[in-house]
Amino acid sequence: MGETLSFVSFVTKEKASPTHKKEKLMNMTDWTLEPRMREFELGDYLGAAPRWCPSCGNHTVLKCLQKLCKDLNLPPEKTVVVSGIGCSSRLPHHMGTYGFHSLHGRSLPVACGIRARRPDLSIFVVTGDGDCCAIGAGHWLHALRYNMKMTVMLLDNNIYGLTKKQTSPTTPAHTKTNTHPNGAPLDPVNPLATAISMTNASFVAQCVDWLPEHLYNTLLRAQQHPGLAFIRIRQRCPHFMKGHLDAFMNDPNKIQILTDPRGVLPGSLTQTYGTVEHDPTSYDDAMKHARQTDPIPLGLLYLNESALRYDEFTQKGIVTSEEEKLAAIEAELNKFAIL
Amino acid sequence: MQIHQHIIEFVSDAGEGAQTAGQCLGTVSAKMGNGIWTVEIIPAEVEPPRRSRAGASGNRVRIGSKKITNAGDQADLVVAFNEQVLYSRFDVGAMRDGTIILLDDKWASVDDENIRKEFADAVADFKNRKADIRFVPFESETKKHIKDPRHGKNIWALGLVCAIYDRDLKLAEIEITKKFAKKSQEIVDTNLKLLHAGYDWAMQNTDLRFSIPAEPSDVPKIVVNGNIALALGIMAAGIEVCSMYPITPATSISHYLAEAFPRMGCVVHQAEDEISAIGFAIGASFAGKTPVTITSGPGLALKNEFLALAIMAELPLVVVIVQRGGPSTGLPTRVEQGDLLSALYAQPGDAPKIVMAPSNHEECFHFIITARKLAETFRTPVIVLSDANLATGQQPIPRPNPKTTWFAPPIDQSDWDESVPPFDWDPQTGLSQRPIPGQKNGNYVVTGLAHDQNGRVAYESSINEHAMQARSRKLATLQHALKPPVIHGDPEGGDLLVIGWGSPRGAIEEAVDTLRAQGISVSSVTLKFLSPFEPNLKEIFSKFKHLLCVEINYSDPASFGDARRYSQLCTVLRAHTLCDIDCWSHVPGIPLTPKDIEAAILEHIDQKGIDKP
Ligand SMILES: Cc1ncc(C[n+]2csc(CCOP(=O)(O)OP(=O)(O)O)c2C)c(N)n1
Ligand SMILES: [Mg+2]
Repeated sequence: MGETLSFVSFVTKEKASPTHKKEKLMNMTDWTLEPRMREFELGDYLGAAPRWCPSCGNHTVLKCLQKLCKDLNLPPEKTVVVSGIGCSSRLPHHMGTYGFHSLHGRSLPVACGIRARRPDLSIFVVTGDGDCCAIGAGHWLHALRYNMKMTVMLLDNNIYGLTKKQTSPTTPAHTKTNTHPNGAPLDPVNPLATAISMTNASFVAQCVDWLPEHLYNTLLRAQQHPGLAFIRIRQRCPHFMKGHLDAFMNDPNKIQILTDPRGVLPGSLTQTYGTVEHDPTSYDDAMKHARQTDPIPLGLLYLNESALRYDEFTQKGIVTSEEEKLAAIEAELNKFAIL
Repeated sequence: MQIHQHIIEFVSDAGEGAQTAGQCLGTVSAKMGNGIWTVEIIPAEVEPPRRSRAGASGNRVRIGSKKITNAGDQADLVVAFNEQVLYSRFDVGAMRDGTIILLDDKWASVDDENIRKEFADAVADFKNRKADIRFVPFESETKKHIKDPRHGKNIWALGLVCAIYDRDLKLAEIEITKKFAKKSQEIVDTNLKLLHAGYDWAMQNTDLRFSIPAEPSDVPKIVVNGNIALALGIMAAGIEVCSMYPITPATSISHYLAEAFPRMGCVVHQAEDEISAIGFAIGASFAGKTPVTITSGPGLALKNEFLALAIMAELPLVVVIVQRGGPSTGLPTRVEQGDLLSALYAQPGDAPKIVMAPSNHEECFHFIITARKLAETFRTPVIVLSDANLATGQQPIPRPNPKTTWFAPPIDQSDWDESVPPFDWDPQTGLSQRPIPGQKNGNYVVTGLAHDQNGRVAYESSINEHAMQARSRKLATLQHALKPPVIHGDPEGGDLLVIGWGSPRGAIEEAVDTLRAQGISVSSVTLKFLSPFEPNLKEIFSKFKHLLCVEINYSDPASFGDARRYSQLCTVLRAHTLCDIDCWSHVPGIPLTPKDIEAAILEHIDQKGIDKP
């Protein structure tokens, strides 16, 4: 399905026969259909009321995602939000779409399995810094390499939220946590540099939760990407990491907007923050920005649109008919026939 | 000489093609209408040092006039390319008095004095152990046709054995052509020449002749090993996604599927680990496709968290486990039935699921078709427990006739009835229908957290009880739909009932037949379902004075008293039926033989003071 088309869906007026029940894309030569666009409202994407702490960054991500779905008119039944376990991973419950709240660290295998034979679904993945960079690190790297079409949001609050303030792989050194009361002993993992360095990674971007316009624009840009779009979202955790990003919020010099025609639209951000032109197809430049932690670079760091896509492999043959399958299994059995 | 059956082994250093020779002999014999059962003889390492005692690589082929259901007891004729590898065969009791060993005598004249001495010592030793050793110049004869006889003497030996057993050379030619066609025509031609050379040599130089006439049959058959049978079952079930991580002895299923599956428009996904493999499968399942994930015991250990999620979220999934020796890395290539308890109980919390165990190749095929249907109807994972013995042994089975009704139906994308919740548990059966992404108004969130009928996270005690009950009730529902197991022997009862599951069935039934012919009142039963059990077990067991589980896993002897650990099926059945079931179980790393089981039954009968006729 073409990416631009998948944003728009039509239903037939007639719903009598089961084959016509199925939604179809507008087909210019098929005049038996009388296409009528379904218009969705924000309410169509609302699920159970979120119970995150007030001013937790998760709220912003949820709202941006809901607005994105509405603006792109994604049919809720064709949209799946997959997550692992953590505060952030509760997000699918608050969406009105299909959702899969899986296991700690395991959202990506599930999302890849959903994508394997379903090119028609829009897939979003929500993961936390522990979920993605600790217990799910293996899956994270391999999912980047599989490069199957989906948007992956790393809600990085630099701490284990749900289990109450343990050190996460992205917790800055010396931060006092419940598992390291005298301060985290190691420097944090850099999720951007790690992602970019993974073979076949194709889209790596960074946002911050307090700039929702840019977050929204990044999600929008990710939707146009043919493979896996990985977005790291730096997030506040008012409960366990009080004020840990205040300096970046309060000082405009500590944010830098990456600009490029292929990148994320900066929107109104250019009025407040400094910009720097960045060619996202340059691996070396991408790595340079990824390593830069102050100021925080925002936007699309790395883009490789020609990276191979594993979903092209897994989706081969999805239209095989029962007759063709029967013929194929008969032929296999014949290879072992003896009498 | 006309005989009913013979056991033939090819053993050599790894890489000398003894397995190929054995497989060809098996296929040729099956094609001639004989019953066969083959077992791979596998060294622990991929390429053990040459001429090492534990390095035997090869194949055992049991050929009979009638159907053969197991690998049998001791070998009647053995082809050996060196004497050292024979030690391991003696050690496992694979040789009887008078086993004919066709041994290459080139070692008697090599330059290395140590080897000459080893050879002489071994031959003397084997003769002492009553082997009937006959020297055959495998290498020197092969060298007449090919430069490196290490790659070729296997086919020369196959020709030799074909002459001894009056095998149809045309059929052997077909197998060889198939085997080497991928390489080059030149290699095919050389091997055909070697086949004939071995055959001719035997005709001129030995008068060993056995004939095993096949009983005529007009049932169309295929010859497959258990893993291929599982793979064909996966295809015939209309499963579209096989998600796996390589592990012996399960991997060959996916090797074959990787080749054949795309022809059905299906895909094999090799994941980065077993956790991801089952996660991917569960994702595909959520999206409407019933997938299969394939592994062995260590892989099952990694999959358990996800398995519980599939049970909690009620997502259909077929899990094939080809058991090997454990615990831990254990005996990767060897047979054991050590994963029953972990399949039943190793997941976090109470995780009711369906567990089935095929006992032969025909069941390997058909159980997968049943498993997929059960998984979907009962909205739950189904574990199919096979083992290394079934995996690599070849057997002829009636050719299945696939139907489109075996296939998974196309995914439902019709509108979901909004008034039906995603977990609309039927109070009687626990069953419910699931919405699939794409179904309008079916939108719900799968979660491993406790949830109510709407899939909403719920912590209320009453909801938790209700949901647990619904998931558990599905097993009771299935049990009501199953037939009681069939007794092999006397359904009316008797002195002893042997209870088994999985691959030992053939050997158990052969032992039972032998003893019944001697007037001993023994029968056997093989359980196909291990969760839920088939119905009426207690009633069936009550017809027998004594009950004995026979399986390939560890148990303590009865003398351990209260400290005794019972075998795995025995443990579960004792709890399930409250019957005083005894067990005889072992972990030899090789299939239990009919003779072992006969002896165990006789000993049991003695201990229980049952009169023998
Ligand atoms: C197998 C397993 N191990 C541990 C846990 C406990 N656990 C739940 S969430 C979590 C960490 C969450 O941190 P993060 O991924 O950063 O998400 P956040 O809550 O910060 O959004 C842990 C350790 C679990 N649920 N499952
Ligand atoms: Mg976190």
